Amino acid sequence: MAEIYDRYSSVVYAVALRVLGDTGAAEDVLQEVFLQLWRNPAAFDAARGSLGSWLAVITRNRAIDSLRKRRPETDIEDVVLSVTPDLAGEAERARAAEKVRGVMGTMASAQRSALEMAYWEGMSHSEIADKTGEPLGTIKTRIRAGLIALRKAFQT
Amino acid sequence: MSAHEQYAEDLALYALDALQGEARAQIEQHLATCASCRLELEQLRGDTALLAMSATGPRPPQRARQRLLDAVAREPRLPVRAPVPRRSWWGWLGWAATAAMVIFALSLWRENSALQQTLASASSQAAESTRELEELRKIAAPILQPEAQRVTLVAAKGPPQPQGKAFYLRNRGSLVFLANNMPPLPPQKAYELWLIPTSGAPIPAGVFKPDARGNASVVNPPLPTGTEAKAFAITVENEAGAATPTMPIVMVGAGE
Repeated sequence: MAEIYDRYSSVVYAVALRVLGDTGAAEDVLQEVFLQLWRNPAAFDAARGSLGSWLAVITRNRAIDSLRKRRPETDIEDVVLSVTPDLAGEAERARAAEKVRGVMGTMASAQRSALEMAYWEGMSHSEIADKTGEPLGTIKTRIRAGLIALRKAFQT
Repeated sequence: MSAHEQYAEDLALYALDALQGEARAQIEQHLATCASCRLELEQLRGDTALLAMSATGPRPPQRARQRLLDAVAREPRLPVRAPVPRRSWWGWLGWAATAAMVIFALSLWRENSALQQTLASASSQAAESTRELEELRKIAAPILQPEAQRVTLVAAKGPPQPQGKAFYLRNRGSLVFLANNMPPLPPQKAYELWLIPTSGAPIPAGVFKPDARGNASVVNPPLPTGTEAKAFAITVENEAGAATPTMPIVMVGAGE
C-alpha cells in the first residue's frame, strides 16, 4: 500500500485539491480513496485501464460528492475505463497535463468553460445552462465534444 | 461512432457522474443490454481520466501518508473475489429442479408481496401463497442446504459433454441459465448467451465464464419483457460482451 501511495498520492491529492480547493478536505478524500482501494482491491480491474487513471477518476467523483455534499452516485466497482496512459511518473504526467491544457486552449471558450464547470465543479448540464443562459442541448453537445477532442489528441 | 447516437450525449454526462433521476435510470437500463454503449462509456471515462490527470499541485503533506498507513493497519481487508461466476455452487445442484424452483418461488414471492399491499379482502389468498411458499421451502431444503449431498448423473460411458439449460418466463422477462462441463476459455474471452427471438436480431442475455470445474450460471440478465424465444444460443465473445453474436455458435437449443 505504501508503494502504491507513494506512486499515486500526488495525482490523487492534486485532483482532490483542484475540485475542493481546501487542503484538509482534499486530504480526507485522499485518505478515503486509498482506504477503499485497500479494503476492496478487486474493485480495480487491471485488465481494463491503468491504476493511475482509475484512481484519478474515482478521486474526482468522490471529491465532487464531497463538494456537493451528496452520497456517492457510483460504486467504485462500477467505474471501468478504457486503457489510458498510466502516467505514474512525474515527467510523463507533466507532459500529459501540458497536452491536455493545450487541447483545452484550442477549444472555444464557451466549450472549455462548460467542460470545466461540469468536470471540476460537478455542475449538472441544467445548472450550466442556467448560469450561461444557453440551451440544455448546446451544453450537452459541448461537454461531449470536449471529451472527444481530448481523446483524439491522445490518439495521434 | 459506434454508440447509439441518441444516447451519446447522456453517456458523456453519465461518465462525468452528472446524470440524475430518470435520465440516469434510462441510460443504466440501456447500458445493461448494449455492449457498444458500454464500450463508449469506458472510453469517455478514459477521456475524463485525461482531464483529471491535468490537475497539478503540491504534494500531499507527509502526515497524510502516516495517517493512511495507520488506518490501513487497523482495517480488515476484503478477501479477493474470484473473477466471475459468483454462484459456482449452482452447477452442483440438481439444477433443473432448483432453477424451476427459484423462478417459481420468485414469482410466488412477488405475488405474495403484491397481495400484502392490497386490502384485507385479499389476505386469505396471501396466506395461501405463504403456505405454498412454506411448502416450497420444505421441498427446496434438501437441494439448497449446504450439507446436502449433490450428485450429477451422466451417461456411464464417454467424456462429459457441455450442457446448458435455460429457464425463461417470457411475460416477466426472467431467465435463469445453468451450464456445466463448459470448456475453459482463452484469456480475455467469455461466453455470451443469446435469446433468439421468433423475429428480429438475437438479444444479448448475459456474459459468463465457467469456474474451474466448468460450471456457470446467468441469473435474470436484463431482458425486455414479452419477447417470445425461438431458441437460446451461446457464442464466444470478448469479456465485455458483444451487441451482435460472433460466429460460430458453440451451443444452441430450442424450446422443449
